[in-house]
Amino acid sequence: MLNVGKIEEGFVLDHIPAGRSMSIYYHLGLDKLDCCVAIIKNAKSNKLEKKDIIKVECDINTLNLDVLAVIDHTITVNVIKAGEIVEKKELVLPKELKGVMKCRCITSIEQELPHIFYLADSSREVYRCKYCDEKNSEKM
Amino acid sequence: MRHLMNPLDFTTEELEQLFDLADDIQAHPDKYAHKCEGKKLATCFYEPSTRTRLSFESAMLNLGGHVIGFSDANSSSAAKGESVSDTIRMISCYADICAMRHPKEGAPMVAATKSSIPVINAGDGGHQHPTQTLTDLLTIRSLKGRLNNFTVGLCGDLKFGRTAHSLVNALVRYDNISFIFISPEELKIPSYLRDKLKELNIPFKEVIRLEDSLPELDLLYMTRVQRERFFNEEDYVRLKDFYILNKEKMKLAPEDMLVLHPLPRVNEISVEVDEDPRAVYFKQVQYGVYVRMALILTLLELA
Repeated sequence: MLNVGKIEEGFVLDHIPAGRSMSIYYHLGLDKLDCCVAIIKNAKSNKLEKKDIIKVECDINTLNLDVLAVIDHTITVNVIKAGEIVEKKELVLPKELKGVMKCRCITSIEQELPHIFYLADSSREVYRCKYCDEKNSEKM
Repeated sequence: MRHLMNPLDFTTEELEQLFDLADDIQAHPDKYAHKCEGKKLATCFYEPSTRTRLSFESAMLNLGGHVIGFSDANSSSAAKGESVSDTIRMISCYADICAMRHPKEGAPMVAATKSSIPVINAGDGGHQHPTQTLTDLLTIRSLKGRLNNFTVGLCGDLKFGRTAHSLVNALVRYDNISFIFISPEELKIPSYLRDKLKELNIPFKEVIRLEDSLPELDLLYMTRVQRERFFNEEDYVRLKDFYILNKEKMKLAPEDMLVLHPLPRVNEISVEVDEDPRAVYFKQVQYGVYVRMALILTLLELA
């Protein structure tokens, strides 16, 4: 098993379904952050057989993890401070998502208009566009 | 300041007030002939819709107001690439109220967020057409005297027909309403609407044949099978004549059933039905003007 060292402060995203880590990397905007990120793909897992793990060394207040719940609410989020797990974050579907999903309505052509989706049905995890009520069909 | 984006923006109590006002306008048109003197309505139509635009213009002129605007995107600054946000900021300086039609869903809502004048959604793509729903409700209330206790049949394109969806969403707020959805398999109501009716315990059934349901109906809402909603011509040609209401079928309907249609009609209602007193789709057009007059007065706070 490949080993990546401990981080002092940041997040460890565990139990990511194998193959989804790169999508999460971009959705969280990690490509734009000037911090240390480790992505482990296809690690052995008792729960999932195979899983991905992402470790992010950053200030814990800099990342908005809302989108993770939309991608997969079973992902484990460990918050790390001083090298120790201080919290296991529960993922809750956010009421509103800005700039994560895209719609083909007026938001697709209007200058600098943010794409905003609201949570229409939490049991089915359905998000609809704030402007046109269209259901999100984009796979996260 | 209020806008109208969705037929559900008004509570049922507010709708009663609006319809009472429309009734009064109908009964005493002279009383309202100068109410909007000095006011301007901007009709911003990014796609052609003669009937809706003329209805708005007629409504404002009946109120003694003036009308400015454009009737397709090519004759507006949108052709130069101007955003809806910028256009409405400009229109806000020229007019007192705006009716906007746009092919892209959500455009009037974007306009409303930047506007300093009331914006009325006059149709945004396949999304909403609230003044059509208000027209339908006023027609029903005026001719039946109520908006509850109906078995409502909706027939034709129930998959893409936004007017049918809006009417269903508006009528579920009243007591003792049940629906019969009459459509080909390919054009059935969307699942979200089916789920909503189940959740609200509203009785409904989905049937294929128009003839079988006619004897049960208090209201029949016919819709056009729209060419532009199909991906290919072959599907359109195959389905467009599936349901044609004619004199023979009307014999099966109750004496006091009303036939409504948002218009334009293609051939889903035979012209021989036009003379039947139960056919009220041309009266609907007149009610459309009254309800738009009432809406303009309400949003301009001149009622």
